[in-house]
Amino acid sequence: MKQKIRIAAGQGFWGDLLDAPVRQVEGGPIDYLMLDYLAEVTMSIMQKQKSRDPNAGYAKDFVPLMRRILPTCVEKGIKVTANAGGVNVRGCADAVIQVARELGLAGKVRIGIVTGDDIMSRLDDLLARGIELRNMDTGEPLSTVRDKIQSANAYLGAWPMVEALNQGAQIVITGRATDTGLTLAPMIHEFAWAKDDWNHLAAGTIAGHIIECGAQASGGNCQYEWRSVPNLADVGFPIVEASPDGTFVITKHERTGGWIIIPSIKEQLVYEMGDPHEYITPDCVADFATVRLEYEGRDRVRVYGIEGRPATEFLKVSISYSAGFKAVGTLVYSWPDAYDKVQAADRILRTRLDRLGLKFDQVLTEFVGVNATHGPLAGAPRAEIPEVQLRVGVRGQDRSAVERFTKEIAPLILTGPPAVTGFAGGRPKVEEIVAYWPALIPKEEITPEVEVLDA
Amino acid sequence: MKVQLRKLAHARSGDKGDTANVGLIALRDEFYPILVREVTAERVKEHFKGICRGDVERFELPNIGALNFLLHESLGGGGTLSLMTDAQGKTFSTALLRMEIEVTDQEATDYTDLLHE
Repeated sequence: MKQKIRIAAGQGFWGDLLDAPVRQVEGGPIDYLMLDYLAEVTMSIMQKQKSRDPNAGYAKDFVPLMRRILPTCVEKGIKVTANAGGVNVRGCADAVIQVARELGLAGKVRIGIVTGDDIMSRLDDLLARGIELRNMDTGEPLSTVRDKIQSANAYLGAWPMVEALNQGAQIVITGRATDTGLTLAPMIHEFAWAKDDWNHLAAGTIAGHIIECGAQASGGNCQYEWRSVPNLADVGFPIVEASPDGTFVITKHERTGGWIIIPSIKEQLVYEMGDPHEYITPDCVADFATVRLEYEGRDRVRVYGIEGRPATEFLKVSISYSAGFKAVGTLVYSWPDAYDKVQAADRILRTRLDRLGLKFDQVLTEFVGVNATHGPLAGAPRAEIPEVQLRVGVRGQDRSAVERFTKEIAPLILTGPPAVTGFAGGRPKVEEIVAYWPALIPKEEITPEVEVLDA
Repeated sequence: MKVQLRKLAHARSGDKGDTANVGLIALRDEFYPILVREVTAERVKEHFKGICRGDVERFELPNIGALNFLLHESLGGGGTLSLMTDAQGKTFSTALLRMEIEVTDQEATDYTDLLHE
C-alpha cells in the first residue's frame, strides 16, 4: 500500500481557470487530478443540450482538456476523477476514448464510467409509490412543480468511483456525484478503507471540501491579509497529500503563487457550511468541529483529528425545474447628485411599469456603489459620490411582461434624470429561470452502475 | 469600549438556497471567547435587519476559533430565483465585519496594538 498519495484540485467550478488542471499535472508530482464540473443547476443546461443533440449533455471543456493532459497522465500514471459526464456520461466517455485513440493511446487508457444517478424517467413511479421528494428547504411536495421539471439526479458518493478505480480505470467519469467524493474515492481505493471506517471517510470528505473550490483554499478570495497573498496571477491550486491513517496535508506545487496558510484553510472550511457537526454526504457524516490544523512547513498545513459518524439512509436529489423568467437592467448616473438622480430614475421607471399593468413576482432595485452588497448596513453615500449604477431586476411567470420591462430601460436615458450612460450593451436579455429543488430519496432506490471501457 | 468586528475576525460567506452562511474566524485564538460572548445569534439578526428575514442560527467551532452563522431567508429566494447582485451571499462576510462589539477595559489593554491599528 502506498503511504502517501497526492490528489490535486483542477477546477473549482465549471468555468474556472482553463490552465489550472494542466499546471497541476505538469507542475510537480501528483497521483490524482480531481475535477468538479457540476453546479446545482448545471444538469438542467446539459439536459437541454442533450434534447437538441443526443451526443451532447456533458461538460464539453473536459474533452479538449483531456487532449492536452492525457499523454502526460499516461506517462506519469496520473489518474483523473471528474463529474464531467453530466446527463450523458457515456457520450463523454466516448469522446475521451476518441481523443485517446487520436493521441495514439489506444489500449493504454481505461475509462471508468459511473451512472445510475439520473432518475428523471422514474419520477412518476417514485411519486406514485409515495416517495414525495419534498423540497428540503420549503417542505413542498414535488407534485407542485411536476410538469416543469427539467432534470432529476441523485448525488452519488465515492463508492461507485472506488469500484471503477478498483477495476483499473485511469479516468473516472461520473454524472451527478458529490464533489467531496471525487477526492475521497482515490483515498479509499489506495488505502483500502472500509465502508464503516467513519473517521477515515470523514477525513477524506473534509479533504475534498477543502480543495473542491480550487484556489479558494490557496489564497484566492482570501480575506486574511489579502494584500500580502503572493503572486495571485500564478496562483497554485491546492493539493491534498493523504495518508492511510486519515491525516492529510494541504499544499500546492513549488514555484506557484498564492499561499497555503491556516487562515486560508479555515476560511475554506467554513465556506457554505451548515451545521458543522452534521456535514452529510452519501459516504458518512463528517464533524467539522473535530478538525485540527497545524503548520508542517511553508505552504503546508497538516489536518488531523477528524471524526465522522455513519452515513444516513438517504441520498440527496437535485431536481431542476422551470420557474419563470427574469431580466436585469442597468444604467449609470454621474456626479453631481448621482444618488438623488438614480433614485429619481427608479421612481420614474416603477411608475411606468405600474401604468403598463405588468405583473411580476418580484421587482428589485439596487443602487450599485451604495447598497448592492451591504444593503442598509452601508449607510448613506457621501454627497460627492462620483457615480451610482441603477440596477433593476424583475422576475415573473409571464415572459411577455419581462420582455416589456427590458424595453423600458433605455428610454430613461432621454426621458429621465440627466448625466446618464452605460447602455452600450443594448436591451437586457430575458432569461428563463431554472430553479433548484433539493430533496431526499431512500438509498435503496438508487443503484449506481459502474463500467470500465478500453480506449 | 466599542470595536469593529473586523479588528478581531476575518470571515467567508456563501449560500445554501435562500440561506446565507457566514463563517466568522478569530484573527487570534485569544479573540475567540470575545466572539462567543459578543456575537450572538440575536445580535447578528439585529445587525442584518432588513436583509435577513428569517431566523439566525449560530454554531461554535472552538477547534478553529470560528463561529458559523446561518441567516435564513436572506437571498431573495436564493440561487437562480434571486435578483440580487449578491445572490450567493458572498459579501455577507464583510457585512458582518461591520458590526461594532464591546470589549472590556482589560481586553482593550491586552490587545491595544491590534485594536488601535
